[in-house]
Amino acid sequence: MHTRSDTLARAASLRAIFERQGAALVEPPILQPADTLLDLYGEDIRARAYVTSDALRGEQMLRPDYTVPVVQMHMAHGAEPARYTYSGEVFRRQEHDPNRPNEYIQVGYEVFDRVDPAAADAEVFALIAEALAGLPVRPVTGDIGVLMAAVQGLETSPARKQALMRHIWRPRRFRALLDRYAGRSAVPVSRQTLLAPDGAACDAPMVGLRTRAEIDARVEALREDAKTPPISAQQVDLFDALLEVRETLPNALSRLRDLMVDMPAIADAVTRVANRADAMRARGIDTDALIFEANHGRSSMEYYDGFVFAFRAETRPDLPNIASGGRYDALTRRLGQGGEIPAVGGVMRPGLMLELEAAQ
Amino acid sequence: MTLKLGVPSKGRLMEKTFEWFGARGVTLQRTGSDREYAGKVEGIEDVSLVLLSAGEIPRELSAGRIHLGVTGTDLVQEKLALWDQLVEPVEELNFGHADLIIAVPQAWVDVDTLDDLDAAAAAFRAEHGFRLRIATKYHRLVREFLRTHGVADYALVDSQGATEGTVLNETAEAIADITSSGETLRANHLKILSDGLILQSQATLWRSRMAPLEDHSRKALKTLVAQLT
Repeated sequence: MHTRSDTLARAASLRAIFERQGAALVEPPILQPADTLLDLYGEDIRARAYVTSDALRGEQMLRPDYTVPVVQMHMAHGAEPARYTYSGEVFRRQEHDPNRPNEYIQVGYEVFDRVDPAAADAEVFALIAEALAGLPVRPVTGDIGVLMAAVQGLETSPARKQALMRHIWRPRRFRALLDRYAGRSAVPVSRQTLLAPDGAACDAPMVGLRTRAEIDARVEALREDAKTPPISAQQVDLFDALLEVRETLPNALSRLRDLMVDMPAIADAVTRVANRADAMRARGIDTDALIFEANHGRSSMEYYDGFVFAFRAETRPDLPNIASGGRYDALTRRLGQGGEIPAVGGVMRPGLMLELEAAQ
Repeated sequence: MTLKLGVPSKGRLMEKTFEWFGARGVTLQRTGSDREYAGKVEGIEDVSLVLLSAGEIPRELSAGRIHLGVTGTDLVQEKLALWDQLVEPVEELNFGHADLIIAVPQAWVDVDTLDDLDAAAAAFRAEHGFRLRIATKYHRLVREFLRTHGVADYALVDSQGATEGTVLNETAEAIADITSSGETLRANHLKILSDGLILQSQATLWRSRMAPLEDHSRKALKTLVAQLT
């Protein structure tokens, strides 16, 4: 059984790998202002992070990850391009599985670089793959950007596309929306009543902040939506075929290129996957064996919007990911106060690495 | 150690609990003055009565400080993570029925389902610059329910009482609370979402999986449960 100091020693040696790449060491505070995280993730973050408070500063969160403070720091006064590394505790509430620790050491690497996103993706992935070499782990990759492009390419109203985009990270709601827009699920009776003549009449008093104008605007939007023709069965089938892509990278690429014939909107995103594959190969990654899963990364925190990856323990399916990461260009925009920069990063869990080694 | 039975210390919940046990030949009584929270059990050996706030009974059961306790399903599931590993329902007492629901203003003619709530929340956030607020004291249950159903762009605000009034007072846009008849909701111009039922709760007798039992108390537990069920 490894001790905390073993884990810290391993964390230091992992961090050194990134420092040799020229990464600057950063040490964001453990207590983070809660409002930024709440604004980004909404209520869900409260189920994952510990919230504490005092009368002076209000709500604070125990750092659930490093990415957000590192992005904030970079956007406030970082030079370009930049590489950062960090190691330390992160804190996660655990209310479902008592075997998962609520505090563990994480080592990470974040790259902010405009020049060559494919090379940056490959760099982060390859460094982590090297650091994990010899361990019984299996990488899986994906690309949220392909899914986003496919949504944008659907022949339907901008409002429907926007609603689908908003729920890319919530597969169940996404599916329900897609089925409804495709006319595959029944329109609720209450909706039919509402859209009938005089259906929106109501004599209940207005209470609360949401105004009559806001209600009218949504009723109007629903009327418009009702007039929108359903998304064709062919398009939904194509989308489903895309979601089902789970192959080695070369096979996945050929599958994506087949789909591209009928979904031209994904062309640029597929080119990015291909460029990344080339960049990975150039760094010595065996892309012929690497799995690409179109659905991967959809249930993680909603900031990845391009490349996504995770390393899972082959022998221990009960363990969380040993390492994971991805591209989060949109997050830099949201935290950038007008600025933005392409960014990609990943984290590793030295404690889990030691656990796997001990079992070997 | 005698077998410890925790029951609500006041109000209708206490009276109904006393009645339910009484009908099964176990007399629960408060002793001493009206204000003293002491009690006794008659009609069965080796059982002692612990009077507690209904909200504290889940915690006492999970800590194993009482062997049996009467409280609502809503409180057990809200307060105890992995509740089914800590306590076991022995019998539903068929009173204290209440549904944990989500309600919105009746004037929101465009909102009847969770799907509508989600869409309205997105528009509300764009318009007002903050998330649509839902007042509740059942934070965990509500958050889990909304996450399962993929509702986003809302925030929970804490309300420990008079929750139905928060919308009128503009401290929340919607509520998640328990209701039995729905009268208070209607009086406050609120309506229940058609798919907004989070949990159906009622007063339930629970057995702690954590409380230590010796031969003595094991026997008392067996006798008591046999008599009650």
